[in-house]
Amino acid sequence: MKYFDNRKYVFIAIAIIIGLVFITKLFLLQVVERSYKVSAENNSQRHVVTYPSRGLIYDRNGELLVSNQAAYDVMVSPVNVSEFDTTEFCSLLGIGRDNFLERLNRAKNYSWRINSVFMKQVEFKIAAVLHEKMYKFPGFTLQSRPLRTYPRPIASHVLGYIGEVNEKNIQSDDYYSAGDYIGVIGIEKSYEEVLRGEKGLKVYLKDVHNRIIGPYEEGKYDMPVKVGRDIAISLDAEIQEYAETLMQPFIGSVVAIEPSSGEILTMVSAPTVNPNLLIGRNLGSTIKKLSADTLNPLFNRAVMAQYPPGSTFKTINALVGLQEGVITTETSYYCDYGFYYRGIHVGCHNHETPLDLIGGIQNSCNTYFCNVFRRIMENPGYENTEESFNHWRDHVTSFGFGEKLGLDFASELKGNIPTASYYDRYYSKGHWNFLTILSMAIGQGELLITPIQMANMTATIANRGYYITPHLIKKIDGQDHIDEEFVRRNFTTIDSSNFVPVVDGMDLAVNGGPGSTARIARIRDITVCGKTGTAENPHGEDHSIFIAFAPKDDPKIALAVYVENEGFGGTWAAPIASLVIEKYLTGEVKRTWLENYVRNGNTNDEETEE
Amino acid sequence: MTRRDNILLNIDWFTVFLWVALVVFGWMNIYSANIMKGDGTVMDFSQRYGKQFIWLLVSIILILIIFLLDAKFFPFFAYLLYGITIVTLLAVLVFGKEINGAKSWFVIGGFQFQPSEFAKLFTALALARLLSSYGFVLKNFKSLVLAGSIILAPALLIMVQPDLGSMMVYFAFIFVLYREGFPQNLMVLGSILIILFVITLLVEKIYILPVIWIIALIVIKLFKVPLKSVLYIFAAGILPAGILVFFMQSGQQVMGYESVILISIAASLLFALIIAIRLRNNNLYKIIAGMVISILFVISVDYAINNTLKEHQKQRIYVTLGIEDDPQGVGYNVNQSKIAIGSGGFSGKGFLNGTQTKLQFVPEQSTDFIFCTVGEEWGFIGASAVVILFVLMIVRLVILSERQRSDFSRIYGYGFISVLIVHFTVNVGMTIGLFPVIGIPLPFFSYGGSSLLAFTLFLFIFLKLDSNRKELLR
Repeated sequence: MKYFDNRKYVFIAIAIIIGLVFITKLFLLQVVERSYKVSAENNSQRHVVTYPSRGLIYDRNGELLVSNQAAYDVMVSPVNVSEFDTTEFCSLLGIGRDNFLERLNRAKNYSWRINSVFMKQVEFKIAAVLHEKMYKFPGFTLQSRPLRTYPRPIASHVLGYIGEVNEKNIQSDDYYSAGDYIGVIGIEKSYEEVLRGEKGLKVYLKDVHNRIIGPYEEGKYDMPVKVGRDIAISLDAEIQEYAETLMQPFIGSVVAIEPSSGEILTMVSAPTVNPNLLIGRNLGSTIKKLSADTLNPLFNRAVMAQYPPGSTFKTINALVGLQEGVITTETSYYCDYGFYYRGIHVGCHNHETPLDLIGGIQNSCNTYFCNVFRRIMENPGYENTEESFNHWRDHVTSFGFGEKLGLDFASELKGNIPTASYYDRYYSKGHWNFLTILSMAIGQGELLITPIQMANMTATIANRGYYITPHLIKKIDGQDHIDEEFVRRNFTTIDSSNFVPVVDGMDLAVNGGPGSTARIARIRDITVCGKTGTAENPHGEDHSIFIAFAPKDDPKIALAVYVENEGFGGTWAAPIASLVIEKYLTGEVKRTWLENYVRNGNTNDEETEE
Repeated sequence: MTRRDNILLNIDWFTVFLWVALVVFGWMNIYSANIMKGDGTVMDFSQRYGKQFIWLLVSIILILIIFLLDAKFFPFFAYLLYGITIVTLLAVLVFGKEINGAKSWFVIGGFQFQPSEFAKLFTALALARLLSSYGFVLKNFKSLVLAGSIILAPALLIMVQPDLGSMMVYFAFIFVLYREGFPQNLMVLGSILIILFVITLLVEKIYILPVIWIIALIVIKLFKVPLKSVLYIFAAGILPAGILVFFMQSGQQVMGYESVILISIAASLLFALIIAIRLRNNNLYKIIAGMVISILFVISVDYAINNTLKEHQKQRIYVTLGIEDDPQGVGYNVNQSKIAIGSGGFSGKGFLNGTQTKLQFVPEQSTDFIFCTVGEEWGFIGASAVVILFVLMIVRLVILSERQRSDFSRIYGYGFISVLIVHFTVNVGMTIGLFPVIGIPLPFFSYGGSSLLAFTLFLFIFLKLDSNRKELLR
């Protein structure tokens, strides 16, 4: 039977071909394709995440501002859901059958395997019952979540709030996964990494039935949970609350700084929002509603509103004039209800005349500062207006204007100090002079300054020449927090000695005789130094501004108050500033008449208008 | 003639070495698949690796017995053993225990015994005896029926159990017939039918039948039938189809499209038959016959798929063919198996370090899916080594079979080769996703006493015959 001998080669060929096909397929499967390795890990490991409790936030005196309450999300992993008593489950959660199916389908669409939120933040009472019965509902788990609570309904703009992470957060930081919470704004955002702690991770080996066999690789990949660290911020809750009440009738901002440390004592943006509204399941809809409000309560005016500084800026021009040597304290000007020059007229009010520098500040004389500004811009030491302007600008920006101050706080804006090239573009090079930009002599025009910058300027004057970058952090985990950035003295380009007459002028503005612009801010036994301002507002009524620090020697508090659309700075801003200073320095307010006057502010106003 | 007497020298030690390698490596993997870190000793007889160790010892005893027997014992008792096998297979249908939905096990005092594993061996013996009998010619119709009966009898009994996987192994014996001169044309037809089988699963038959017809026309032309005749045959099919479709378009719902196609093809075939008779063209006859068989096959496969296969068997076939992708459902086994093997990488996770197989993600991880453990723990190197061991064994056995002087030994050798090829191909193929999940073990490797003993006997009976080859004259 040798006829079919050749057919043996068919067998050998088949065996070899099958062998080659198998080895090729194995090569593709084991060496080329990577995805199977990942699948294998997902297959056999169960990652159990433990969430740390978020750090608490205290004020400078140890008063609790933000704490946590227990909240639970019901999570589901659809692949593990098997038959159970849905009626009981639904009635526990207070949802109907359709709602149940809808939620389950949403989870399925997200992922069959990965846990996702079935129901957010169920009430504590329900969660307690669920805890006991959870074993009856395969595939469902309870996940505790941080939910903030605010013992005092204050400082929402400073504290910010936490919300669920969005797609962007997840992509930019792999710490986060869907359903996690993150500080969205405010201190919650800027100290997110301190407050959040570190999620703990336990990796277990599981088998096909999802049973845990034991720790994976003896817990080599486990990570202990690290609770969030508590922080203390520099706000004084008492003062914050007081300032917020005072600002109740108004729109605007109050920022107070401790000059010696740069710590922000108070930061109010009115209208305020009760932080307890910014938690929980309804956060999204609350935010939506608040965003639609015409008064824009979510807008943090303290760091984001940019106003012209008005007459408060005269202090800066005085300092620049002294530093550049174009004026002395004795330099006097005659004022006839305004400044007239080549057809330009800047009006002024009724006051003694002529005035020297101190008197100019005390009476806030426009004529005086138009002349000072002319001297600065026509400085014979420099070639032209542009060079003079640039020197002026360097002095101004050394106060921290025109740039972000670098607070430990998100969403700060820069303000604006125009540059020479801006005017070059506008008027073409060499075709502008002091007259063109005269409005900046009295703090109007292109100048834009935020309340925090203004408060910082006041602190700089109080310190006679330097500031420490304003900041909110005081302690982390009970330890004084000394960030290099927040200790360094930032010296201005103005000599300390030049501050003396300006401070004297501010003293007299409050404590001087008739004609002083801010006598209403006077406090018995405390030397308050202040300066009023009125920011012209093209959109409506002028803004009322007041800056002040006290006491004159060894200043403890420096602040800026902005009240929108309320006219002259002495009317509302000065009394508010004065009351805050009194409250901070003496612990109580004796001038209840002034308090009442402010509290009824708007209504008085309207009555008179009627 | 000292060589003739010295059995030890005549044994093919290379094959024995391959057997040892496979069996030992297989046992290591069974051990790994069943042991959890830190528990059990190597010889825990309540565990699978312990039991398998006992079966290994039993195998060695059986090997010794085989070599003590006279080589003539096997051809002499082939029919008797075959008869006993058939009786046993009948008995298991009555007295057997149903495990996993198939009545294929005897349970005797705690031991389970699967007669279908041994049936292959005795079928091979009987087939070798038949084909080697004096004056037996495969071309003869009667002899084909005889050979077919020997193969089909156990296959049918096993199908009744039902154990579709083991049943399909019997098709392996077609390879034996092929080696012994089974007509080439039938092999070609067989291949065509296999291809048609797959296509029938994938495509609706209403599309397949016209394509078969067109291909047949092309083949007819290739076999030098005049173009004119081909066109006649073509027209004979197209005309009735056109007329019928025209009627149906005009609103008279006489019959379904399937019937239209069948009638048209029948008309075309009839015309082809007339031409074949006139031209006396043998090839044309063959083509017509092939076409008739193909069409009947497609129709019956379609019927069988829809009416006889179990749902899960259908699903498995569909998943393998890529018709359905359902990793959590039917494809789960294959997907998990691929994950396990894929996760092994180039050099594997190391002995006892596999996670996928140990954690029972892979079903049947010590029986049908034992190859996963190899892939996961020994990586591409280990898995390829196993493939190479099997290929070497097959090639070596072909060489050994061809050097036999006795037809019986050669045919029996090819019987083993064929069964080995099918088991190896189907088992490894399914774990790496090339074949449907058909539950048959990997020879020498998978856990299971019946399988190990049956394959060992199967192999060593051949090695015994081989060691004796010089004593036999042609």
